[in-house]
Amino acid sequence: MIPARDSDPRPAADAAPSRKEGSAAPTEAARPRPSRVARAWDSDFAHNFRHSPVAMASAFVVALLICAAVFAPLVSPHDPFDPGSLDLLNGFSAPMRPNEFTGDVFWLGTDDQGRDVFSTILHGMRISLFVGFAAVLFAMILGVALGLLAGYRGGWTETVIMRVADVQLTFPSILVALLIFGIAKGVTPVEYRDQMAIWVLILAIGLSDWVQFARVVRGATLVEKNKEYVQAARLIGRSPGAIMTRHILPNVLSPVLVIATISLALAIIAEATLSFLGVGAPPTTPSLGTLIRIGQEFLFSGEWWILLFPAFTLLALALSVNLLGDWLRDALNPRLR
Amino acid sequence: MTVLVRISNLTRVFDVSKPWLNRVIERLPRATLTAVRGVDLEIGEREVYALVGESGSGKSTIGKMVVGLLPPSGGSVEIDGVDPARETDREALGRLRADVQMIFQDPYASLNPRWKVRDIINEPVAARGGDASGLAGRLLEKVGLDAEDGEKFPHEFSGGQRQRIGIARALASGPRFIVCDEPTSALDVSVQAQVLNLMSDLKDDLGLTLLFISHDLTIVRHMADKIGVLYLGHLVEEAPPDELFGDPKHPYTRMLLAAAPRIDGFGREAEPPKGEIPDPINPPPGCAFNPRCALADEVCRARHPELRSLRGARVACHFAE
Amino acid sequence: MEATIPRTEAAEPVLSIRELVVEIPTRRGVLRPVDRVSFDIAPGEILGVVGESGAGKSMTGNAVIGILDRPARIASGEVRLNGARIDDAAPESLRALRGKEMGMIFQDPLTSLNPLLRIGDQLSETMLAHLPVGESEARERAVAALDEVGIPGASQRVRGYPHEFSGGMRQRVVIALALCAEPSLVIADEPTTALDVSVQAQIIGLLKRLCRERGTAVMLITHDMGVIAEAADRVAVMYAGRLAELGPVRDVIQRPRHPYTDGLMGSTPLASRGLGRLRQIPGAMPRLGNPPPGCAFAPRCPKARDACRLDPRPEISGSGGGAACLFPMEAA
Repeated sequence: MIPARDSDPRPAADAAPSRKEGSAAPTEAARPRPSRVARAWDSDFAHNFRHSPVAMASAFVVALLICAAVFAPLVSPHDPFDPGSLDLLNGFSAPMRPNEFTGDVFWLGTDDQGRDVFSTILHGMRISLFVGFAAVLFAMILGVALGLLAGYRGGWTETVIMRVADVQLTFPSILVALLIFGIAKGVTPVEYRDQMAIWVLILAIGLSDWVQFARVVRGATLVEKNKEYVQAARLIGRSPGAIMTRHILPNVLSPVLVIATISLALAIIAEATLSFLGVGAPPTTPSLGTLIRIGQEFLFSGEWWILLFPAFTLLALALSVNLLGDWLRDALNPRLR
Repeated sequence: MTVLVRISNLTRVFDVSKPWLNRVIERLPRATLTAVRGVDLEIGEREVYALVGESGSGKSTIGKMVVGLLPPSGGSVEIDGVDPARETDREALGRLRADVQMIFQDPYASLNPRWKVRDIINEPVAARGGDASGLAGRLLEKVGLDAEDGEKFPHEFSGGQRQRIGIARALASGPRFIVCDEPTSALDVSVQAQVLNLMSDLKDDLGLTLLFISHDLTIVRHMADKIGVLYLGHLVEEAPPDELFGDPKHPYTRMLLAAAPRIDGFGREAEPPKGEIPDPINPPPGCAFNPRCALADEVCRARHPELRSLRGARVACHFAE
Repeated sequence: MEATIPRTEAAEPVLSIRELVVEIPTRRGVLRPVDRVSFDIAPGEILGVVGESGAGKSMTGNAVIGILDRPARIASGEVRLNGARIDDAAPESLRALRGKEMGMIFQDPLTSLNPLLRIGDQLSETMLAHLPVGESEARERAVAALDEVGIPGASQRVRGYPHEFSGGMRQRVVIALALCAEPSLVIADEPTTALDVSVQAQIIGLLKRLCRERGTAVMLITHDMGVIAEAADRVAVMYAGRLAELGPVRDVIQRPRHPYTDGLMGSTPLASRGLGRLRQIPGAMPRLGNPPPGCAFAPRCPKARDACRLDPRPEISGSGGGAACLFPMEAA
């Protein structure tokens, strides 16, 4: 009852006969295969992207912000982490106005210590994005591995893994992160605490986020493992490890990609939340969350820019990553549309 | 003729109980489904043995047990004297893996969509550390595709072409025995003919032994040397095709032959068969076919008929003569 | 190329399709899963529509019922039900026609049955909506309808839910549901494909008997030539969205005039035929968006000549049927 869409491989492929099998459609066979890039550009996925203004806009914003963060040391006019370059007289400069003492102009103003807000945002975003990516990567590796194992092995392995996941889901993830953060803080020596803070953040956010990956991968694995290609691999005596990684894994990756994108937005927000609560990145290496925490102290004394610009950046980053994730989910799952 | 595959008293029971908690609350006993019951059969070297049955007959379960994808609950499968469920010698097991292959039903699910066709075909050899160079190309040509097709992905092929790729994979390890589980039931008629012809050519060329599983009596007539008819896990009749079609001895076989739609059966008004296949969890006592059988008698409801030899065939019916 | 059998226009056809075209616009061009298909179905007649997957047979049925999934749409042509055009009817009036004038039977009975409603309620609801009957009469008729399609213990089973029935019994319920409002046309799309052989024979027999008794026209869509041979009066063979051959079932099967029909017959394994190789048609059906010029079957046809590969493509001439072929097979 579903009409033959051109992205549906079956009706299209049904017509591409081999030269040996029959003489049908010689034009089809004679045409050279287009290059990988050309085929990728012509794919439905790319076409879908090119016809979705939201996807293109959010991809543009994400790319811009990521570039700005990656190249922050080159792009930013000041180095906010070098105390020697700061001038306390520049403190509380309003955006785009010359400072009353030094005459310096700062695009987005400065904070109480005279740090350029634009530069701190770029550097803060660097930390936020690094923590976000690393946490999602960690959660993804953990979740995919456990999900594959649970789905393929079944039995007790599955019961243990999925019950742990269920229990963890009953707590808000930020609470889990706080708990892990607290434990980690307790066991790290005081002198390393600031250096370790970022890694502890990654661990905390990653551990609070693996459940989604595990659940989705387990579900997809349950479907895939009953397909005949897995039986064919078992038949020739491939080990369970090889079947899981070489056969099943590539076929469960597209939902993982979607979840990873949406998780990235959530991880960035989780990092900001933790930092805002004062348990994340230290003020010496501020992330966006830290900047917002510092900024909110000055909101009611009139220095709005210290809060609003980092907050707006966080919003733009999280929103565009999220929109991109939504689009990705639709594009990779035609049936949900 | 030497016997290559010997299946003795093969039985498979599945646990179909509800989850533990539901059983406790609803006070249900454990439920079991006996998909295959004491099947005995032998397949000779270079023979094509067709197993035919409707849904729930246990034909696919037998196929999976024969290739070792499913352990039997009872009885044994011996291939060239080796029982995969009991053999401990690794070398003998490895040889068995190379000797036994399978062709699957669904050409859309049997090829890994993320793998190139070349890698799919080479896997049985490459996974064992063998030299697979040029193998895929040779096999693709053997099954009527192009050697260059190995660089493509499965979605670039039609159903019939995919089934050819599945056949090429099954041939890669140089097997002697191939189990074909409804290899053409997902294909269109004209393509089905291509694939059946290909399989029969390959069988002759390579001296293969085939166990051909199907729900359709008419398509196995062309290929089979011997046909076994299954009903609810029992082998009810076994005979060479001419014998089976010309002189069906079991009432179920007769019913199947009569019910199959015939291309020359214009406006046929035959009395359709009675009833449906019983629930395999609660099979009828005695002969499983008795509720639908016109010949059924007290003895059929009381005692399960044993398979016995009768005029070049084997049949499990109290009244067959 | 003249019509083989001049059809006697005794009664006005229940369903009349003229030059029906269904198109699916895609970004790579417009696909035509149904390309200028014309046929009639007379009252009480069973027309078999046969073809391989992708031939457009289900799409034709869906176009008639008006349940094409977007973006597929009827691009041109006419569909007339009892003389009235329905291809351009509004969705609401089509919905009213479905059930009342057109019954539907699909391959999977579960798509036609509401899993949450009792069988009897579904039957009486349909009758209340379409027939001048009261509640109690509808309920009585529901039992009678189930009894008629051979469901044992109908008076108890009306209270059952769909999942309590076996596959064959469910399909019987669907037939009862399709026929309960006494429609003039039933469209059965692969009604027995999911069933076992023994049950298939029962269902086909039932469909034939009920439609003959009531004079209902049936469009029986299937890929199985055996089913067509046993059930249909006339047969329409479809290939690549087009009609390849149309005619009385006996003529088409025993003396096919289109080489495709001939190939299809040759590749059908027959119980009555002995050992040996099956005949095969080389190649596969052409891509929907990229039909070859001229006859769509020409690339696979053993008899194709140069003229076959040129537009305009061959058509079925005459209203009674024939083969869309420039060089039809000689009657053997």
